Amino acid sequence: MNQADLLEKAPVFQLKGSMLALTILELSSNDLDALAIQLTEKVEQAPQFFQNTPIILALDKCTDDTKPLDLERLLTICREHGLSTMAIRSDRPADLTAAKALNIAVIPPSDARERPLAIAPAAETPAEPSLIPARVITHPVRSGQQIYAKNSDLIVMAAVSAGAELLADGNIHVYGPLRGRALAGINGNREARIFCQQLGAELLSIAGQYKVAEDLRRDPAWGKASQTCLNEEQLEISEL
Amino acid sequence: MSKILVVTSGKGGVGKTTTSAAIGTGLALRGHRTVIVDFDVGLRNLDLIMGCERRVVYDFVNVINGEATLNQALIKDKRIENLYILAASQTRDKDALTLEGVEKIITELAEQFEYVICDSPAGIEKGAHLAMYLADAAIVVTNPEVSSVRDSDRMLGLLSSKSKRAEEGREPVSEHLLLTRYSPERVARGEMLSVEDVEEILSIEMIGVIPESQAVLKASNQGVPVILDEESDAGQAYSDAVDRLLGKEVPHRFLEVQKKGFLQRMFGGKE
Repeated sequence: MNQADLLEKAPVFQLKGSMLALTILELSSNDLDALAIQLTEKVEQAPQFFQNTPIILALDKCTDDTKPLDLERLLTICREHGLSTMAIRSDRPADLTAAKALNIAVIPPSDARERPLAIAPAAETPAEPSLIPARVITHPVRSGQQIYAKNSDLIVMAAVSAGAELLADGNIHVYGPLRGRALAGINGNREARIFCQQLGAELLSIAGQYKVAEDLRRDPAWGKASQTCLNEEQLEISEL
Repeated sequence: MSKILVVTSGKGGVGKTTTSAAIGTGLALRGHRTVIVDFDVGLRNLDLIMGCERRVVYDFVNVINGEATLNQALIKDKRIENLYILAASQTRDKDALTLEGVEKIITELAEQFEYVICDSPAGIEKGAHLAMYLADAAIVVTNPEVSSVRDSDRMLGLLSSKSKRAEEGREPVSEHLLLTRYSPERVARGEMLSVEDVEEILSIEMIGVIPESQAVLKASNQGVPVILDEESDAGQAYSDAVDRLLGKEVPHRFLEVQKKGFLQRMFGGKE
């Protein structure tokens, strides 16, 4: 392959500009021992934040000039705590020399506004759905009454009469005879189940799949404590 | 302290008016100042059962509309001290009743009487709703058959959600079940729901079981509350129910099949 061929080839790279949101670790003191301790505490609070997070080390706000900064040790401390240093920000000659020796990029101090980064504690950061307490009914549910537990389970601690209707986005528990209709997982939750102490329901439904009393009556669990769940496209009833 | 008592059922023809008349009379007999109010506007019956149909001048709707005072409309029972009747209007319909009007009159009655008994019309519409709205206690009348039981169940649901006590979040209306037209023979033959069946379905306290009896029809036609027929089983059963309502412990009677005597078996006897 000669020079001409190489020149004729399509460009192998492009230079692009981009604005990236980066975390800046701003040092206010040269005391690296204190930094190590405080970083350890921070990591305990929010472990998932410190997982090879790229950072810029800002040394320009560090006013403590009494003792020279050991840049090599600073980088090691950061690495040990899961922070990967991309560059330092400083204009002090000592830092520039040290950075050059360690092959670390240097960016000049900026006047851009920076705001302190709020690192949420670990317990709050996971995006798990928050718990909605079950709706608990302690009185009998009579014919013509309808009870809906939105986004939660429904627990009835009394009889559910024929002609009554229980609706829940979650599971339905009936600690008494269930003679009315029970529809669980009505928002399409196929994992929802229906539990009752005495199965005598007019209709059972999970995520839209239903069985009426005519079919339920023939089930060996009829009149007994039972649970109902969805298996493939079929309601499966079993004795408890 | 007065008590507003509604006699209701949902289903028609189960014996609400008979029960209102019997319980009201029973309470008056025991010395409690009692008034029975007929809420069945347009289908007035209570006056017939109480035998005061020829003495009705003003009625409930007249009082609501301010055409008569309460004292003008109240009919005093001729047989029993302490017993009054407020008749319904026969020429109007349920729309003649207003919540404000009913509330005003029932409150006024509650000041004068120990027991205000509201005889509810059938159904769950306006008339029945107004009859039970102000109640402190309810007697739910049920026949031992599935449709009546289901309607009673619906009524119990309404009592716990649509009454004034429920709306204000006060102590709920106390519920009593009264089973009427009960026939132990037919239960034994499996043709009728048993007391246990009904109690299990409705799960409320049973205040009385009134046996199916010739005495009830006879009493109705004569305009005498059946509770005054002390010889009859139905009259005695109602009397027991009134005692239980007043907090007495009385064992239930007439639940077992009566053994027929030799002569009765020979000649059939009466069912």
